Amino acid sequence: MKCNKCAQRAVFTMRHYKLSLCETHYMEWFVSHTGQTIQKYHLLRPDERVLIAVSGGKDSLSLWDVLIRLGYAVDGLYIDLGIDGGFGYSALSHQKIDAFMAGHPETRLHVVDLAAEYGATLPQIAGRKRRGREKPCALCGLIKRHEMNRIAQAFGYDVLVTGHNLDDEAAVLFSNVLHWHTGYIARQAPVLEERTGLARKVKPLCRAYEREVAAYALIRGIDYIYEECPYVEGSRTLMYKGMLDQLEEEAAGTKLQFYVTFLHAKKDGFFRDEEALVELHPCDTCGQPTIAPGSCAFCRIWKEPER
Amino acid sequence: MRVVFRDKSWELEGKMTVKKMLEQVGVIPVTVLVVRNGKLLTEDVLLEPDDEVKLHAVISGG
Ligand code: SF4
Ligand SMILES: [Zn+2]
Ligand SMILES: [Zn+2]
Repeated sequence: MKCNKCAQRAVFTMRHYKLSLCETHYMEWFVSHTGQTIQKYHLLRPDERVLIAVSGGKDSLSLWDVLIRLGYAVDGLYIDLGIDGGFGYSALSHQKIDAFMAGHPETRLHVVDLAAEYGATLPQIAGRKRRGREKPCALCGLIKRHEMNRIAQAFGYDVLVTGHNLDDEAAVLFSNVLHWHTGYIARQAPVLEERTGLARKVKPLCRAYEREVAAYALIRGIDYIYEECPYVEGSRTLMYKGMLDQLEEEAAGTKLQFYVTFLHAKKDGFFRDEEALVELHPCDTCGQPTIAPGSCAFCRIWKEPER
Repeated sequence: MRVVFRDKSWELEGKMTVKKMLEQVGVIPVTVLVVRNGKLLTEDVLLEPDDEVKLHAVISGG
């Protein structure tokens, strides 16, 4: 198969766009397509200071690479959760990020070491909490959100970027629709606007198939952590992704259409964001906005008596 | 040819396209990238009996 843009052999086919490209043209295409997503949803302005949350995985490292190529000034944030899983998951992730940074001396990496900062790793704190004992993922999400926002505010970043791709977004949407979590559906978007004390959050890969991101990382030679977090096993997200892949195999473009038509419906006012109307007040411990009276959920993690 | 996917591997007889190979090992094409000597392959590429290909899982748990 030939590249649709030159005489070279194609290395990658995107059935949903009826497009096959060689290495060079795919690299070019992926960067410019991400740039288009940024324009389309007004995610970033050229002069902004950007902070990207990096995990060492393909999505965050590829996105960091693409944003740098698009000319943005982007620093990284790595949250070291102290997960081992028998192979030093967190340490290995950190190594991959350091290796990436070695090629980009203009960037800076903020590291939050959970154990050093708060006295316990994620597995340790999860073991003490009833809701974390089975799976630490809910706690993990809460911790990451809080710390991303804290670092963004403390160092004056205008915007926080995450590497969520189309498959992530489609799986979340699928799950929210199955359970009719209308509040979550209303808030799912490529951009979460800034509110007092909360940095703006954007997802420039929201229209990029996970497969496209993996192909970019592979061709570009980005050395990322291929191993999964040990807690991911049997996760709902993985199950939904598997189901959506079966649909995608039958009808190319299903995932993209599912997500993009949702965004259109939302724009047309089909979902009302109740949360935007809820009053937030500063947490009495850390000062971040919260709906909870007193301390926010994050601060309560470290205060609650052990059981 | 030899096909490697995570901790599994298969030995397949004769020549066949990437598409056919994925059918034989029972992997849904959209869930993997097929790599030979570090290079990505499209579904129409004809694999030779002495090829070694790697299937690279696309999805992560997130
Ligand atoms: S799988 Fe769960 S614990 Fe692991 S990084 Fe993801 S959310 Fe955190
Ligand atoms: Zn080309
Ligand atoms: Zn707090």
